[in-house]
Amino acid sequence: MRLLGYFNYWIVVALMMIGFYTMISRGNLVKKLVGLSVFQTSVMILYISLGKIFGGTAPILLEGEEHVVYTNPIPSVLILTAIVVGVATLAVGLALVVRIHEAYGTIEEDEIHVQDDVM
Amino acid sequence: MRENLPVLQVVVPLLAAPLAFLVRRPRLSWLVALGAAFWAFFAALSLLTGVLASGAIGYEIGGWEPPWGIEYRIDELSAWVLVIVSGIAAVVLPFARASVEREIERDRIPLFYTALILCMTGLLGIAATGDVFNVFVFLEISSLSAYGLIAMGQNRRALTSSYQYLIMGSVGATFIVIGIGLMYSMTGTLNMADLAERLPAVAASRTIPVAFAFLAVGVSLKLALFPLHLWLPNAYTYAPSAVTAFIASTATKVAVYMLLRFFFTVFGAAFSFEVMHLDRILMPLALVAIVAMSLVAINQENGKRLLAYSSVAQIGYMVLGISLASVLGVAAGVLHLFNHALMKGSLFMAMGCVMYRVGSCRVEAMAGLGKTMPFTMAAFVVGGLSLIGVPLTVGFISKWYLVQAALEKGMWGIAAVVLLGSLLALAYVWKVVEVAYFRPPPDGPGVREAPLSLLIPTWVLVAANLWFGIDAKTTAGVALRAARMLLGAGS
Amino acid sequence: MDDRVILRVGAKVLIPFILLFALYVQFHGDYGPGGGFQAGVIFAAGFVLYALVYGLGNAKKVMPPAVVHVCSALGVMIFAGTGVVTMLLGGGFLDYNALAHDPHHGQHWGIFSVEAGVLVTVFGVMVSIFYAFAGRRSS
Repeated sequence: MRLLGYFNYWIVVALMMIGFYTMISRGNLVKKLVGLSVFQTSVMILYISLGKIFGGTAPILLEGEEHVVYTNPIPSVLILTAIVVGVATLAVGLALVVRIHEAYGTIEEDEIHVQDDVM
Repeated sequence: MRENLPVLQVVVPLLAAPLAFLVRRPRLSWLVALGAAFWAFFAALSLLTGVLASGAIGYEIGGWEPPWGIEYRIDELSAWVLVIVSGIAAVVLPFARASVEREIERDRIPLFYTALILCMTGLLGIAATGDVFNVFVFLEISSLSAYGLIAMGQNRRALTSSYQYLIMGSVGATFIVIGIGLMYSMTGTLNMADLAERLPAVAASRTIPVAFAFLAVGVSLKLALFPLHLWLPNAYTYAPSAVTAFIASTATKVAVYMLLRFFFTVFGAAFSFEVMHLDRILMPLALVAIVAMSLVAINQENGKRLLAYSSVAQIGYMVLGISLASVLGVAAGVLHLFNHALMKGSLFMAMGCVMYRVGSCRVEAMAGLGKTMPFTMAAFVVGGLSLIGVPLTVGFISKWYLVQAALEKGMWGIAAVVLLGSLLALAYVWKVVEVAYFRPPPDGPGVREAPLSLLIPTWVLVAANLWFGIDAKTTAGVALRAARMLLGAGS
Repeated sequence: MDDRVILRVGAKVLIPFILLFALYVQFHGDYGPGGGFQAGVIFAAGFVLYALVYGLGNAKKVMPPAVVHVCSALGVMIFAGTGVVTMLLGGGFLDYNALAHDPHHGQHWGIFSVEAGVLVTVFGVMVSIFYAFAGRRSS
């Protein structure tokens, strides 16, 4: 049961490894970026799991209700920032892939290497 | 105004970046960028004198007290790094105007300066902030703009190098976020000073060593510690000249700063070196980096690439000094931050001059440049001598402190490797010098000397190489104070 | 696209509500979940939907790329400018209390202005990313 209690963290580790493996093993530049995104997503789940309190609600002040358990909002806010960064990274990465495709006519890593070595 | 200086240091460039884009005219946006860089340099210098006179300066963003709010904290080390980053920017930007007009399409120039200023903002922010999550945000600001800057290189390989850097840099940054998150989960705080207070109580847990490991790998990726340096040579080689000169002298330096911050200020030297034994990893890697990367540099056919590998070797010197974990060793590392920025800045700017006139940085293409571009190549020679560590240059000062630090600990072998590194540096610098001075220039239209707008900034840095090589009292004094502060030995 | 009446009419009905919802998220951000980032993305989504249904050319007539680019730079200046204004008024950077006599109002105005900056930038960046990718001619 104790292992199941860490359910979120198992998911974090699994996603992290899937993302990381995709990044390393795939030669396709877009797939690498997908791997990177999955990898970054795992960190988002890690942060949100850290802040979650059982039975806690969103930290909004409501009239007439005191003694409410709030989930810690800071990790969520931090991860909102990290999401923005992730979006920006992905956008820059995809833009680079588009430019690479225009310059090389392919987005397969090994084919790009072949073209570079010929020059 | 004066009490707002820590934040104005970062905010003025942050405002200048969109402004450089909005003015649309290449020259105007260059002026905006130049103004931002000079402002940052001025602010950094006055912060440094302020810190040296009266100790660390704190600043509460939004009036929220730390540890709840974000705090900017300038101490000796951060002020030092601020001076390095903004000083290099203030020299590179005058150089950039002509170089960029030659290398980048006209309608992209405002975007180029926007990205360059954003990159500088990010690097300054990392140095100024006292909040670990803020470090990550600024790190990504600087990295994302650096990816864009590198991709603006003329060769299509600039695109693939930028992509490679993006993947590895993002992995590094994500590792840093994981480390920060794990620290937060154990302490509930993100403020560096507060973390330093709370971490010892929970240091025995399993989480904190894991956080430590994630941070160590993430930061090492960013500072291009051998064997995590694979992104660096291509990125430096294919980026536009001005970008290479700026990034090579600042980005990895700021990553070394992060290393010092995390492992000395946040975790504390005792935990990092006596419990986690960080030195047992850093020291061998640094030694391998010095020898192996210098050897690789000797075999390079492209001048910029040669210098890029030399940078990885030089990062080895900084990390080596830090891994000694003594006041003298850390001081040598901090001193080399500054000195290496000076020499690599001047060397890459000399390469930028070559690129401007010759259109290539291949070593073969430099045949006879000693005669046709005497001032450029003289700058290269002085920078090269500094890289080797000849007396009267800054390189000598760093090596002197490093060797002293090694001998202080009785590590003769390390001192020997440092000297071997100098010999190898002699070999790769000679490779360029030999082609430039002892081979006849190729027939055909002669190459003229680079224009003054390129030469003057280059020679400003060269002069700094010599000046701080002769009068090292100021630089070494600051470095020693920073090292004492980091090791908690009092100032 | 001319024959896809349901799509066109459906989009026409939806887009005003999407934009309105974005504004709701923006202005409700002071009191509840929401804020500039979410609102900016939703606002941009409205334009992206328009561009998908009515074509990129029409979308660029409604919201020219130059305007979008200016937006993305302008928002950052609104944000940082708010900080500069608070400094000029004698407070610290982003110290909203300095904006009005009463700290409560000061915070209100500060958050409002910063979130407005975020909205403008996020909207600008999102739409310009979309334009950049969609407008690229494949060779």
